[in-house]
Amino acid sequence: MIEIISGIILLLGAFFILISAIGVIRMPDIFTRMSSTTKASTLGVGLTLIGTAVFWQDIGISARVIIIITFLFLTAPVAAHIIGRAAYNNNVPLWDKTKVDELKGRYDEKTHELK
Amino acid sequence: MSFLEIAVNISIIMIGISLILIFIRLAIGPTIEDRIVALDLLAANAIGFVAVYAIQNKTTTFLDVGIIVALLAFLGTVAFAYYLERRKIK
Repeated sequence: MIEIISGIILLLGAFFILISAIGVIRMPDIFTRMSSTTKASTLGVGLTLIGTAVFWQDIGISARVIIIITFLFLTAPVAAHIIGRAAYNNNVPLWDKTKVDELKGRYDEKTHELK
Repeated sequence: MSFLEIAVNISIIMIGISLILIFIRLAIGPTIEDRIVALDLLAANAIGFVAVYAIQNKTTTFLDVGIIVALLAFLGTVAFAYYLERRKIK
């Protein structure tokens, strides 16, 4: 029974990882690509690690899994924010069908404030 | 062959395919930011691969590798983004 639950969770995690990889290949510009990366990858890796913890049912393994998941969930939004900021400030082109760009012309580069 | 072994094999195949796709994006990425995003995702996939591989080989030592990879990937991403912004100021 434990093996079946662990296998199902593993398959779900691997499925999310595959979806995020397909999104990285197929999406049109860097910001849509980053949405696919950060959401699906943390969810996929988290599910895979939870499957590992369910398989062993050991306190040491569970502690390591919780450490990795906490660290991933803390750092993935920060890393995505920093890359997105660097990309926007370096004038990486947006997708040509982008409707709304609220930051355009409102960011003061000297004082780093919003107008 | 039990259900778990089949699931582990299918998971390894899926993660392998996604590694190949991310390598393609790493090679063709039009800007340097695309390559950084691909590197970040590559490290996350490595952690997932380590977890599945630990179940397949019935050894628990590989999970420590996952902690180190998570730390190094975050540091690398932040350093790359920081120097990209500095390059723009100059």
